[in-house]
Amino acid sequence: MKIALNVNGRVQEVDVGDPSTPLLYVLRNELGLHGPRFGCGLGQCGACMVHIDGEPTFSCVLPVIALGSRKVTTLEGLLVDGKPGKLQQAFIDEEAAQCGYCISGMVMRAQSLLDAKPHPTDEEIRNHMATNLCRCGTHIAIMRAIRRAATA
Amino acid sequence: MSRNAIAGPASGDGQALMSVRNIALGCVIALLVLAAGLWWVWRPAIAALPEHSAVLADRKNIAHGADLATVGNCADCHTVSGRPLFSGGRPLPTPFGTIYGSNLTPDRTTGIGAWSEEAFKRAMREGVDRKGRQLYPAFPYDHFTFATDDDIRSIYDFLMSRPAVENQVPANQLPFPFNIRLMVAGWKLLFLHQDPLHPEPTQSEEWNRGRYLVEGLGHCGSCHTPRNMLGAEKRGQRYAGGVADNWRAPPLDASLVKRHRWTVDHLTEYLSTGWDRDHGVAAGPMADVVKNLGQVSQDEVHAIATYVVSLSDGAEQPTLPSADKPIADAGSIVAVYDGACARCHNSGRGVGPSNALSLTLSTAVQGPNSANAVRAIMYGIQDYRTHGGPYMPAFDRILTDEQIAALTRYVRTRYSDQPEWTDVEAEVAKARHEGSSP
Repeated sequence: MKIALNVNGRVQEVDVGDPSTPLLYVLRNELGLHGPRFGCGLGQCGACMVHIDGEPTFSCVLPVIALGSRKVTTLEGLLVDGKPGKLQQAFIDEEAAQCGYCISGMVMRAQSLLDAKPHPTDEEIRNHMATNLCRCGTHIAIMRAIRRAATA
Repeated sequence: MSRNAIAGPASGDGQALMSVRNIALGCVIALLVLAAGLWWVWRPAIAALPEHSAVLADRKNIAHGADLATVGNCADCHTVSGRPLFSGGRPLPTPFGTIYGSNLTPDRTTGIGAWSEEAFKRAMREGVDRKGRQLYPAFPYDHFTFATDDDIRSIYDFLMSRPAVENQVPANQLPFPFNIRLMVAGWKLLFLHQDPLHPEPTQSEEWNRGRYLVEGLGHCGSCHTPRNMLGAEKRGQRYAGGVADNWRAPPLDASLVKRHRWTVDHLTEYLSTGWDRDHGVAAGPMADVVKNLGQVSQDEVHAIATYVVSLSDGAEQPTLPSADKPIADAGSIVAVYDGACARCHNSGRGVGPSNALSLTLSTAVQGPNSANAVRAIMYGIQDYRTHGGPYMPAFDRILTDEQIAALTRYVRTRYSDQPEWTDVEAEVAKARHEGSSP
């Protein structure tokens, strides 16, 4: 079946065989957007995080049929004129990645915080980021990156 | 006709005098009644402990008190998440207004640092603070009144052994007339029954221990017994099921426990780990309770389970879980279920990190209203994340309100033999308003 998706500001029609397919698979396999990653597939780790109408959301447990006309933003959608956005640049500057697998989700999660609250406290950052897991222990660098973006 | 008219000139001076006397007598009686009432509700202040007085307690007593305070779930109402334990300030919404959990740390000005053991015991038994003020029954002294002197002393020793935290909790937000504390005295006259619990000689020691914990410090009835219009537990409907933070607290009586295949062993497992292979996970406010019970000795939890299961002795036979019956014309919601729910809930018995079970086993799905199913779907199971327990993501942003409602109805029809719910849309709107997803 054909489904129209609004992704990163563009409406595109995709052909999905099974309407219960997770949005994540469609983004990666049909649209070639490899920012969101498959981590646990159970809405537990946050590697697949995208924004749905601006809210951070696990795309691995979102059946594509349920999306409707809601707007999706992926990591690629944070680029400004083809270059890393402010928060993405802060992650690069702070070298806030070890293996890097979780970082796309981390950036999406953090972006939603900064959108709502441009200058959060450390406690607010920690509470907000608690839904996303990193197995390498990059948390300190991630904190630094978010703080950098919040104060830049 | 007014009294003056009766006492007018036509009635004669003698009658006027009688009337004045009657009025005077009436006034005196009214004053006496008022005075008796005030005398009855008045409680003296208990002298503050001298400054720098140390409460001497042996360590064993303090440790025992810590266990009892854990069974009593004291920290849940008396701590704001992320703040020091027992430092108070957590808002407790009630149908009458918002009450704030008090500071139970031994700070002299904002906590209970100036309270003697006698003052603490009076608060636990009678619901009166050190200064003699009536305490609102959101503090469940209707249960704590059953605690023994020794146990109250242990809890007191434990609380006084902890670091003092200066934290002035906000004033309660109660509209008139509920802001008049004296009214609580009338409430107690009606609803506070202080007769001690005498052991039942025909029952086992363990059963009696469980009863003491359940009826007393555990205050299970506070949520699992329905309340009347004045907020008191209905005595005639003990454990018939109640409400906690808008979650449905299922009945613990014959209408549920045995029918839902609870045995002492299953219930012990559930109460100490938050999860049982035939019932799934403790969610909502019950998650806090099981996290507490997971810290006390297994013997105490086994005793609690023994007593709770006995509440449904003689009940009808357990019902088997209803079968999964796929529905032919459910439309696109089937794909939503398959994409959002099936990977965990239809993958076998508690396999994988989520420990999800078939929804045929879910008490929430079988219940008389949709309150718990809606809240589990919208806000997930997040309480055990930090210690590797069962988990479910919140679907409040993944799905729209209409999809959540349709999914709730679908799950009810597919996984229970119970009648359709009629409250789903209203519960979704209500839960959306409460909002608690991280």
